[in-house]
Amino acid sequence: MATTRTGSQGIIGRATALTGVDTRVLAMLAALVVAAIVFNVLTDGLFLSPRNLWNLAVQTSVVGIISTGMVLVIVTRNIDLSVGSLEAFLGISGAYLQLNVLHIGAPGTWWISILFVLVLGALCGAAQGAITAYLGLPSFVVTLAGLMAWRSAGWLVTRGETVTPIDETLGLFGDGSIGVLWSWIVAAAIVLIVAALIAQRRASRSRVGFANRPVWLDLALVAVLAAVVIAFAATMNAYTYPKSAVGRGIPVPVVILIVIAGVMSFVGSMTRFGRYVYGYGGNPEAAQLAGIPTKRVVMIAFAIVGALTAIGAVITTARLDAAPLSIGQLLELQVIAACVIGGTSLAGGSGSIFGAIVGATLIQTLLNGLVLLGVESAMQQIVEAMVLLAAVWFDVIYQRRRR
Amino acid sequence: MTVDAPLVQMRGISKRFGGVHAVEDMNLTLYAGEVLGLLGHNGAGKSTLMKILAGAYPLDEGEITVSGSSVQISSPRDAKRVGIEAIYQTLALADNLSATANIFFGREIVNRFGMLDEARMERDAMSVVQRLNPHFQNFHAPVGSLSGGQRQAVAIARTLQFNAKIIIMDEPTAALGPHETQMVGNLIRQLKSEGIGIIMISHDLHDVFDLSDRVSVMKNGRHVWTGRVADTTKDQVLEMIILGKLPDGSYAPGVVSDFG
Repeated sequence: MATTRTGSQGIIGRATALTGVDTRVLAMLAALVVAAIVFNVLTDGLFLSPRNLWNLAVQTSVVGIISTGMVLVIVTRNIDLSVGSLEAFLGISGAYLQLNVLHIGAPGTWWISILFVLVLGALCGAAQGAITAYLGLPSFVVTLAGLMAWRSAGWLVTRGETVTPIDETLGLFGDGSIGVLWSWIVAAAIVLIVAALIAQRRASRSRVGFANRPVWLDLALVAVLAAVVIAFAATMNAYTYPKSAVGRGIPVPVVILIVIAGVMSFVGSMTRFGRYVYGYGGNPEAAQLAGIPTKRVVMIAFAIVGALTAIGAVITTARLDAAPLSIGQLLELQVIAACVIGGTSLAGGSGSIFGAIVGATLIQTLLNGLVLLGVESAMQQIVEAMVLLAAVWFDVIYQRRRR
Repeated sequence: MTVDAPLVQMRGISKRFGGVHAVEDMNLTLYAGEVLGLLGHNGAGKSTLMKILAGAYPLDEGEITVSGSSVQISSPRDAKRVGIEAIYQTLALADNLSATANIFFGREIVNRFGMLDEARMERDAMSVVQRLNPHFQNFHAPVGSLSGGQRQAVAIARTLQFNAKIIIMDEPTAALGPHETQMVGNLIRQLKSEGIGIIMISHDLHDVFDLSDRVSVMKNGRHVWTGRVADTTKDQVLEMIILGKLPDGSYAPGVVSDFG
């Protein structure tokens, strides 16, 4: 009998076997906890204050949202270098639409402009994906062209002028919060949905006569999740509005991140499309011989990244209350770094959405902590680069050990 | 459609890549419950012919009938629809996916919400794999971590799961040790007894003579000879493969190269 890929040695190995979460993701979660504690000590408790954690959560949201799609693209052995530039184009286009075509403050303005950038983003992504998949150009080159072109396309929309202001309702997508009550509702919903999925899995295994994992293990997993979610909601609720006792609750961009993480995890691991993405990444020829529409699968993965970039553009422009040409600079590299740090292999075939969000959180934690410590911004980027190198090195060792 | 119609009949098959005639006017017949060994040098056109049958390459000329009715095969999906499955030399498995996911790759079972029904797929995978190899347990591990014989069993199970009537095996034993080769041999005999027709491409004359009922020899993309294993010898077959020289001492038309 062959041994499984993840050995049983060590605490992390055993935790992997129990929870089914990738070893590298668990290692990064451990690194995240260590980083948080170290920063908290060094900043005399400032790091783990509700205010800072609230800001950290908002800062993580855009990179986290886009990285859930980037994982799929990288799993298909492709890359998307265009997201930062595309975010600028989409942000400017959306802002231009709501200011100059629709009317700021009109009832439909916010959702029409969101729908518009979503469709536009998906189309831009699909175009890059179609060139990659159907014409057979390397995605590195196609999206490098996108990196060069999209921001300039944004310049053409306004001749370089910054669009401002942003519709007030639309502005809530940047720094609005959902309030204390809704935060608890979201927290409860997360726990209930995960518990329902676990129960559904147990039921479907019982239906075909398979043994299930011990009940205590599933209950313990739900309990851990519940503890984390409750702590998170409580922290967000503890950050109050200035000169008041009213808690803000979970920021809107973070709610969006949570919903997207859930949807994308579902797509990635519980649908045919997700299975095709991973199988294609593992062996493109096998996928083709199995009769899978591989080109369409690759194109859709790029379209998803485009749509998620549109959501990133909405959040970023809403936070700034403006759409300057400069938004999204180096965003593609932060997103790719989040994926890789979260265990996505650049060789394709492996990577998880949960891991990418952990990766995004780890990067933002380091940046946030360094800011609190007063480290200059040049140094912050160097640290970010080091973390990326370390993560890729980790992946190289991991891949070698698997052989 | 008659009862005794051959399972597969390929007639006048031609395939060109640019100016190169990979397969030229090739005929091949396969009956239910038999193993047909397809022999020839590298580049003789065996793999091309099989890829045509499996839908990986479209044919330029010729006709294919399955159980007596003419079929159009222009994609792997078309081939699967008429019960033709291929196991390639590389096995064409996604190493990062589990045995279950590989067996159902491209034909996943979903529930009414469009969610993958993992439990049902695992149960079905189990019953089909254990028909081949009762000791097989590793349904969750990525197939990249399995042994050559286990991977071969997964690849074969992939074809059986969907009631293949015709299985094409490209070098099924080339990458295997003696024990695993024997295991695959047993698998092939079992499939045969279930009435499945098997076309086996192999370089190993010993295996071919051991497992096949009939052999077909190709050279330079053309048909040389087809006949029962019992009616020929390894030496004669070698002469056909290398020289295109038939058992009666003549040469097959169109296959003799300048060196012949």
